Amino acid sequence: MTTATVAVVGNPNAGKTSLFNALTGARQKVGNYPGVTVERKAARLTLADGRHVEMVDLPGAYSLNPRSPDEEVTRRVLLGTQEGEGKPSALVCVVDATNLRNHLRFVLELKRLGLPMVVALNMIDLAERDGIKIDVARLQELLGLPVVTTVAVRRRGLDALLAQLPGLIDTAAATATALPPADVRALQSEARTISGQAVVSEGQGRRITRSIDRVVLNPVAGPLILAAILFLMFQAVFAWAEAPMSWIEGVFAMLSTSVANLLPEGWLRSLINDGVIAGVGSVVVFLPQILILFAFILVLEQSGYMTRAAFLMDRVMARVGLNGRAFIPLLSSFACAVPGIMATRSIDNPRDRLTTILIAPLMTCSARLPVYTIIIAAFIPDRAVWGGIGLQGLVLFILYVVGALSALGVAWVLRSSVVRGASQTFLIEMPKYQLPALRDMAIGLWQRAVAFLKRAGTIILISTVVLWFLATFPAPPAGATDPAIDYSIIGYISQGLEVIFAPIGFNREIALALLPGMAAREVAVSALGTVYALQGSEDAMTLSLVETLRSAWPLPTALAFLAWYVFAPQCLSTLAVVRRETNGWKWTLFMFGYLFALAYVASGLTYWISRALLGA
Amino acid sequence: MSEQVTLGSLPPGTRARIVSIDAEADRQGLHLRLYEMGFDEGVEVEVLHRGPIGGDPIAVQVGGMIVAMRRAEAGLVRVASGAALLREAAE
Repeated sequence: MTTATVAVVGNPNAGKTSLFNALTGARQKVGNYPGVTVERKAARLTLADGRHVEMVDLPGAYSLNPRSPDEEVTRRVLLGTQEGEGKPSALVCVVDATNLRNHLRFVLELKRLGLPMVVALNMIDLAERDGIKIDVARLQELLGLPVVTTVAVRRRGLDALLAQLPGLIDTAAATATALPPADVRALQSEARTISGQAVVSEGQGRRITRSIDRVVLNPVAGPLILAAILFLMFQAVFAWAEAPMSWIEGVFAMLSTSVANLLPEGWLRSLINDGVIAGVGSVVVFLPQILILFAFILVLEQSGYMTRAAFLMDRVMARVGLNGRAFIPLLSSFACAVPGIMATRSIDNPRDRLTTILIAPLMTCSARLPVYTIIIAAFIPDRAVWGGIGLQGLVLFILYVVGALSALGVAWVLRSSVVRGASQTFLIEMPKYQLPALRDMAIGLWQRAVAFLKRAGTIILISTVVLWFLATFPAPPAGATDPAIDYSIIGYISQGLEVIFAPIGFNREIALALLPGMAAREVAVSALGTVYALQGSEDAMTLSLVETLRSAWPLPTALAFLAWYVFAPQCLSTLAVVRRETNGWKWTLFMFGYLFALAYVASGLTYWISRALLGA
Repeated sequence: MSEQVTLGSLPPGTRARIVSIDAEADRQGLHLRLYEMGFDEGVEVEVLHRGPIGGDPIAVQVGGMIVAMRRAEAGLVRVASGAALLREAAE
């Protein structure tokens, strides 16, 4: 007997994912639907009668009339036309008990599909707190469907819900009475009638949410609170991550040492140490920063604040042709553009989504931080300007601001040229405030960590091995006097690159470091270290990289290098994810091209202007 | 004659009853989503907040739900506001 599929469906903000998490715990398998970039979350459950079912968490939807790629998948799964997913045998429809009137219409729409279905009347505790009284028996009778009250975050009602499943699976699907699009207004008015009869007492509304909103959405206090939250977030990402990052570095250093002890000197040891451990280690070290940032983003999302941030930012985004929703992915991109780009899936307008994807790499990601830090330490004097603000910190802040402002500028240019089109809407439900549930946070962070490590284990591993190969072979001839890397394939490529980069003040060593830096930006730092170390000059042996750079680079070159990294499209993972999310090479290459051009022009201008100003 | 205004023109703190949703002026299929979110003729709505810049977007309570929307879209929703309702009653 094949395993029956049970789909969990519901409006966004009905607590659907919380319910799915409560039912399945950490046993979820996260994947993608073939051909689309919508996440598929599934888990196997054993029912009381010993049978197994596969539970699938469908993307939240307001109706079967899709407005985003997410909703399209939900519709196709429910109609049985989604590739890679059989038509479900039964549905669990999650409904927010505090918002019955608005959610019942979707229940009625789903009911017409004819699939056996149970309604989970979720967040019944919050409804009770708000004084909303629902006659469940009456609701059941009016809907003609079994209704179970649940509190997903407290695991209440789960057994009663699961007890319904064997019966539902055994029920043959009725013939669909009306495939979508159904008459939305007729269903809406039927939903209002039913909720009018089943809701005994309306309660006093969302008092708590409304009073928080009065502060958080206040025209003056609101933006200040948002700024404070963002400030705290960046502070946390950089301050709290320091210790765990040095532990991870320690672990990789230990690994490297033990490999050196175990293996004889030779290409295998070099491959494992310089290729695999150095390459993967330099990326995995960002895991703490990424997890801290995601913890913030999950709290902001689950508490309900994120849509308020989108509300406050909408007008700013509108100026450049985007909408408030783009704020969320762009914020994530400060950790890493990859999850940021994946978060654009919730943007319904395709042009908006494309524009957001294309500008996401301009948000200064955490991988640029090591590059900025080392150049700033080497070239920007550590002194205070205007009332105790450090000049070094100020330069770092300016680099972040330049990135964010150019993102807005580029968005504006794109929206009025290549991605021109009808202005998009901003229509978004602002959910009630809730304390984030620890379990949902833990599962969310776990899934991000696994996804990130998987990527480090595949794309980044492969690219670092390839780059190691290019930098190592062919080996220098006997009696060679120049650094070994000069004789390698990369050495020859960099000679060609030097011609391109000389006009913007980059020397051969920078050109050499930019190539390995393709895999991930921060690799450029270790590449510079390697290049100068392998050159074997007395100075490089005894001085730290900071001091080496200080003596080897003129200041305009250093500033040009910083400007380069504000724009440089140097990250294979980002390019890979853009290709996947835009379904092709066209926009991936476009993004690479425009970022490269911006980086080149910005570095060139920085170099020549600073040269003129410094009289060098 | 009943006087109607659009939802987008109401100041925060105003309650109003929806008279119609203008499907003709809607070029993005948005009126369907408005219906799906609970906007409909005869339904009471309340404008709660306005955005910090230019008073856009607005936050509207409809049923048990708070919806953020731009005033341009809120312009699709014609309402009889408190003032308009009062005047109508006086006529």
